[in-house]
Amino acid sequence: MRTTTKRARASAAVLLALFLSIGVAACGSSNDDSTSGEEGGGAIVSNPANGKVTLTIGSKNFPEQEILGEIYAQALKAAGYKVKSALNLGSETVAHKAVTSGQISGYPEYASTALTSFFGLEPEEVPADAQEAYEKAKAEFEKEDLTAFPPTPFASANAVGTLKKTAEKEGLKTISDLQGKSENLSLDGSPECRQRIDCLAGLEKYYGLKFKSFTPVDIGLRYKVLETGQADLSILFTTDAQLSAEKDKFVILEDDKHVFPAGNVIFVSKQSTVEKAGPDYERTIVQVQKGLSLPVVQELDARVELEKQSPAKAAASYLKEAGYTG
Amino acid sequence: MIGALLPPVLPASIGGAIEFIFEPQSSNVTGGKKVGGLDQVIELMLNQLEVTLFALVLATAIALPIGLYLGHRGVGELFAVGLGNVGRAVPELALIALMAAVIGVGLLNLTIALAVLGIPPILTNAFVGIRQVDRSTVDAARGMGMTEAEILFKVEMPLAVSTLMAGIRSATIAIVATATIGPIAGVLTLGDFIINNNVYGQNGLLAGGILVALLALALEFLLARLQRLLTSRGLRLSEA
Repeated sequence: MRTTTKRARASAAVLLALFLSIGVAACGSSNDDSTSGEEGGGAIVSNPANGKVTLTIGSKNFPEQEILGEIYAQALKAAGYKVKSALNLGSETVAHKAVTSGQISGYPEYASTALTSFFGLEPEEVPADAQEAYEKAKAEFEKEDLTAFPPTPFASANAVGTLKKTAEKEGLKTISDLQGKSENLSLDGSPECRQRIDCLAGLEKYYGLKFKSFTPVDIGLRYKVLETGQADLSILFTTDAQLSAEKDKFVILEDDKHVFPAGNVIFVSKQSTVEKAGPDYERTIVQVQKGLSLPVVQELDARVELEKQSPAKAAASYLKEAGYTG
Repeated sequence: MIGALLPPVLPASIGGAIEFIFEPQSSNVTGGKKVGGLDQVIELMLNQLEVTLFALVLATAIALPIGLYLGHRGVGELFAVGLGNVGRAVPELALIALMAAVIGVGLLNLTIALAVLGIPPILTNAFVGIRQVDRSTVDAARGMGMTEAEILFKVEMPLAVSTLMAGIRSATIAIVATATIGPIAGVLTLGDFIINNNVYGQNGLLAGGILVALLALALEFLLARLQRLLTSRGLRLSEA
């Protein structure tokens, strides 16, 4: 395939960047090793006292979530915990109930999803600032005896994407540019997008857009549908591997009315679990997510979605390359 | 793991599911718009029925003639029975993804993917049904001067009706149940209630399951009636 070499080059570049940043972090922490555990960087230290605690790490059932679930599960194992995983919880509703009822110890959730799906905020009420969104979500979670650990560096959001040539032909830069044109354009997206307010329903309500048609498809088919011209536009995720791997092919239209809130990932856990598991639980999770910038997550997504690696393998290589595990 | 997780996690109730079928319910993620209700149920059910019938007709049109021919000639047992076993292992999702690149997503794609599921039971049962017919009966028919086509249509097929129809009935159940994957291939079937848990909630999920089961039972009932009509009077022993 034509794109293979480009992909390989992109991977190499991202990994190089990763190594460099870890290298810098490692140098930094060697100067004051007393606080190295607190500030991230460096390898995870196994604590034998943690062996008495069994943790069940969950995730929702799409690649990005499974990778995150694996990263946290493997890191906690490295920290000495006994770890089980349940990485196929269908929806956020199921995952939320699983953690509330104590059947899983915790799982990664997007702060924006938590605020809109669990706590009834409108998409435009979700704070744009990651820290602010995190604190708001955490406060809400605490009412349910849950807590949330600080957010990841990367954020994920829905986005309207299209082929570069379509954008040029139709003169599209922002979603508002679709006004007056959307009636002749078809859209595809995940099945649940159709009715979600942070997806198609939001485009209709806040932008007043009507599309020629909406085709629900499997998340893994969206780019194929777009590429083969079966849909003119597609609802994509900003963390999608294809967006970094094929930059000159796909473009994202700017969400100028902020209908798609961006969400950083926060690890949600039961308060009693946090107390039982001790300080290494939060410390390990916060430590290993430090390297999860947008390009790194796109690269990990690419390994799973495009190169068909297992999420477990992609997670293991991330932890190893970033120096968290030996 | 997930099997152990599900029951306590799912606080759905039959009452809630029935309410969902008749009255639109509120949802957490739709920005106030209600979901479910009879109008949507009927729309999705008709879509499910439509793709089921298309797939069933396609599967029968392909599998029945081949099964009958091979059964009559008594050749290709390995093919007919082997295909039946292999066919059950075809991953539908992978098939849909594969065809998405060639013929796109939508009704055609889903129809073909579901027909692939229906072909093995129809073909295998047609082959086995025709082979099971008493050879001396066939020899007698041949001795009376019947042509091969007459033997097949007037002797073998009437005697094999119950086995042939059993194949079509298994295919129907497999197809109508699997048509729930429609929403990932561009067709809104009852699976929409099942797949989109965030939108429809647990009662919607249960309602989807109930509706698919009811649809399957209804089709099974209709096919049983059809089978009775197709059985020649002399063979309707049980109900004579």
